[in-house]
Amino acid sequence: MLKTFPKGGVHPHENKFSAGKSIETIELPKQVSIPVSQHLGAPAQPVVNKGDEVKVGQLIAKSAGFISANIHSSVSGKVSKIEKILDSTGYKQTAIIIDVEGDEWLPEIDRSTELVEDIEKFTAEEIRAKVAEAGIVGLGGATFPTNVKISIPQGKVCENLIINAVECEPYLTSDHQLMLEKSDEIIVGARLLQKAAGAKKIYIGIENNKPDAIELMKKKAAKYQYIEVVALKVKYPQGGEKQLIKAVVNREVPSGGLPVDVGCVVQNVGTAYAVYEAVQKNKPLIERVVTVTGKSVSKPSNFLVRIGTPVSNLIEKAGGLPEDTGKIVNGGPMMGKAVKDLSIPVTKGTSGILIIKSDEAKRPKTYNCIRCARCVFVCPMGLEPYLIKNMATVGMYEELQNERVLDCMECGSCSYGCPAGVPLLDYIRLGKTNLNKILRSKKS
Amino acid sequence: MAQNKLIVSLSPHDHAKDSVSKIMFGVVIAMIPALLVSVYFFGLDAIRVNLIAIAACIFFEWIIQKFLLKGEVTITDGSAIVTGMLLAFNVPSNLPWWIIVIGAIVSIGVGKMSFGGLGNNPFNPALVGRVFLLISFPVQMTSWPKVQVLNFAMTDAQTGATPLAIVKEGIKNGESFSSIINNLPTSYSDMFFGQMGGSLGEISAIALIIGGLYMLYRKIITWHIPVSIIATVAIFTGILYGINPDKYADPLFHLLTGGLMLGAIFMATDMVTSPMTSKGMIIYGVGIGVITVLIRVWGAYPEGVSFAILIMNAFTPLINYYIKPKRFGEIVKK
Amino acid sequence: MDIILNTLITLSLLGAVLAVILYVVAQKFKVYEDPRIDVVEALTPGANCGGCGLPGCRGFAEACVKAETLDGLFCPAGGNETMKKIAEALGLTTVEAEPKVAVVRCNGTHEKRNKTTYYDGPSSCAIEHSLYMGDTDCAYGCLGLGDCVAKCTFDAMYMDKESGLPMIDENKCTACGACVKACPRKIIELRNKGKKNRRIYVSCVNHDKGADARRACGAACIACNKCVKTCPYEAIVIENFCAYIDFEKCKLCRKCVAECPTGAILEVNFPPRKEKVENAEETAVS
Repeated sequence: MLKTFPKGGVHPHENKFSAGKSIETIELPKQVSIPVSQHLGAPAQPVVNKGDEVKVGQLIAKSAGFISANIHSSVSGKVSKIEKILDSTGYKQTAIIIDVEGDEWLPEIDRSTELVEDIEKFTAEEIRAKVAEAGIVGLGGATFPTNVKISIPQGKVCENLIINAVECEPYLTSDHQLMLEKSDEIIVGARLLQKAAGAKKIYIGIENNKPDAIELMKKKAAKYQYIEVVALKVKYPQGGEKQLIKAVVNREVPSGGLPVDVGCVVQNVGTAYAVYEAVQKNKPLIERVVTVTGKSVSKPSNFLVRIGTPVSNLIEKAGGLPEDTGKIVNGGPMMGKAVKDLSIPVTKGTSGILIIKSDEAKRPKTYNCIRCARCVFVCPMGLEPYLIKNMATVGMYEELQNERVLDCMECGSCSYGCPAGVPLLDYIRLGKTNLNKILRSKKS
Repeated sequence: MAQNKLIVSLSPHDHAKDSVSKIMFGVVIAMIPALLVSVYFFGLDAIRVNLIAIAACIFFEWIIQKFLLKGEVTITDGSAIVTGMLLAFNVPSNLPWWIIVIGAIVSIGVGKMSFGGLGNNPFNPALVGRVFLLISFPVQMTSWPKVQVLNFAMTDAQTGATPLAIVKEGIKNGESFSSIINNLPTSYSDMFFGQMGGSLGEISAIALIIGGLYMLYRKIITWHIPVSIIATVAIFTGILYGINPDKYADPLFHLLTGGLMLGAIFMATDMVTSPMTSKGMIIYGVGIGVITVLIRVWGAYPEGVSFAILIMNAFTPLINYYIKPKRFGEIVKK
Repeated sequence: MDIILNTLITLSLLGAVLAVILYVVAQKFKVYEDPRIDVVEALTPGANCGGCGLPGCRGFAEACVKAETLDGLFCPAGGNETMKKIAEALGLTTVEAEPKVAVVRCNGTHEKRNKTTYYDGPSSCAIEHSLYMGDTDCAYGCLGLGDCVAKCTFDAMYMDKESGLPMIDENKCTACGACVKACPRKIIELRNKGKKNRRIYVSCVNHDKGADARRACGAACIACNKCVKTCPYEAIVIENFCAYIDFEKCKLCRKCVAECPTGAILEVNFPPRKEKVENAEETAVS
């Protein structure tokens, strides 16, 4: 019996077209636009001005607060302007736009591919400082600053570091491919994270649809007694932090709590790799692996992309935009965001670009709810989506709080399975936003 | 690209491709074995009743949606077909056509559309129609034609009582259960396959169970409701039988006769009128089982499944209000 | 005969006993309510619109009766007339308020504001607003899904199919403010009705820089400052790249309307202009 989380979950078609495609490095674009807010929390403060020359890896925007992250230039060239551009959420936000000239890196960055394994050289504090300096955020999509996550608050103990290699989103393969190509580096990165967080054990959770990755990681981890690779049953949303912890160590994060309350810290594999590069190679987070995929895409691929590259460049490289494109999604089909425009840049949180054909892009027609209770059965958090939807529609916010709407992690299982085609999550999100607003105004 | 605007919508961008009509036609498919059995035992009359009921239900749904509500017409979703078939399954095969039509009007008009159509009805529409007919036309609704294997001649068949009615009448007259059951023309295996008097869809337990398994496989229903109803009836009547085997019928008799299987598998599991959580479903099923036995043993009617389901339908909102699923991370952080 | 008599006697007795019980209970559990509350409630429009900020017309009546002065209590649906009557009934005085009307400050019709994407989701502005800037390039303008219309209890609003914008019937609008609360983008504002119902307002809330706003919508305020310079009464301010006319200061001279290069300033209920100015407006729009 493979491990998994007990309640709810769905099985979307996997459609991993780009699986096994080796990571290609994409050529430099002519211009990059690097948003100053690519993470959860406060937007970074730009520290360069129009006309400044920058090199690859140079700090261009500084972390502005406890939950925030540094932003580095991913290219060398001249800052052409700092202005508001469209980002993946469909809203405008400040970005630093750099005209690319050559490819000159900061001298301290080690660009060799040689494996460095100097874990003893750094104390936990130094690792955390380096991670913060490099502007590393959770690369699974939530983009929470990593250094904050591995700084264990006083009075709490982190026993287990769980590396999230589940990649439960359909279509996406960037983490899978990264594991196949950079397994040694990921193990080093995981050990660095373990040291920084003070964890005793490392678990690497991988879903069973990636047998090659499981085997490889098991082989690499065999040396270390404290690393365990856990094969998990394929089920969405296993990549959700709370679900993964439940599946791997069978602990339940309390409602409104954090993983560290049950002695766990979860990090994405991509993050582990970025930590390795930041600590051992002095390389800040300036590039990431992005899957470009879709049923109609002629060359589904995994690309190594500099942050700030326009999405259109990636799509061009993957065989161009298909004729009958209906929707372009930044991320996976379950939790990704539909983009408005192809000029938006790749950011730290972009794990994939999914192109959906026009006949599949439209939502099904909405009928009356037939109270089939599927949403209740698939909700991994044990909520009642149909009820929350009704409450959100009429604005019963106190009741919504009692129904624990804030526990919803917006995995989309309810909308996915609804036979009546009711966009439950849209309403739940509305309820969450409004309730949060009310709670904030009560606090202040 | 310029002429083709990109679609934007909130996540998720994928859908399980399941729909209301797929579910409804799944139920229709699941009812086909029972329909075939009824044709086998009741002849073409079974088809006649089904066709009239389905056609009338669809027709009245269309009329009401088109001319009374002046809204969108959704007869293609298949829910009217299910209601029509269930109504037909719940009446004797020799019912005159006009009574069936009245049943369809009540089912669709009163049971379903007056509450706002599919999804808003608190009571199972087919049962509303059935109970209305049972109370309004008691004679026609309880004169069950005797089964005649593969008799396709549309002649007036002989009528007789259902085993449940015979047993109830006999016990009332002071006979012991074992002597009544020995005098019954039908054995338990006949009942299992459907050779007994009764409404046209309820007679064959095996055909209904096959349909139920199909619906389980298609994930249209979950196991909670049928299993809890059947288990409750078996346990409750088992206790009674243990106390006095002369006065009370044995559990197997209760399970195989009357509309219990039809009710447990097709009527009580109606999505719209059953509770939303697994715990709630079990409470609902136990309630139906208990009320069914109470009516069968002590009530005025020999059969109580329809009433039991309607009564528990009325409790469904209460169950939904009080029974919540187990939340993830139950302990609220202080 | 006996049966009828017996029935009559029994039922009459039963009725009498129950009546006594009911009377006793009613006396015992009587809750004193100021009779004036009913009087005041009868004077209110009874629409329960919530425009006064209190729970329904009864709530408003209770508040009026309890209050010592009527300051801060105003029934927007009933207006001055109702308030005068209430004041009379309670022996208080009320300050006459300038009548107001709701104004939709967006002129991004389908013609002037191109749709750039196709929004696929529930027909609710609040939901569309929760993630996307809408199906146009303007992150501030009307989403056109009619949350405000749905909230209007006076049937004073409707969606105009041609422009895709909500329209307000000023004769029916009571300025209860329900639409103002319903709009997730805060486009609708309550403004003074003005003399002879004449009003001038900036029909745009786009806070983007002029060039960006212009790109998104042909009728956007581009913060060009022309109206500010023209206004003789200093009633116009530009804040965050968007002009705003203070209706307390505006004297309805209409000079700014002619000046606006995008036609973002609208005038309502004015007589037609002289030839010359009309031409100027036309060229400005085209």
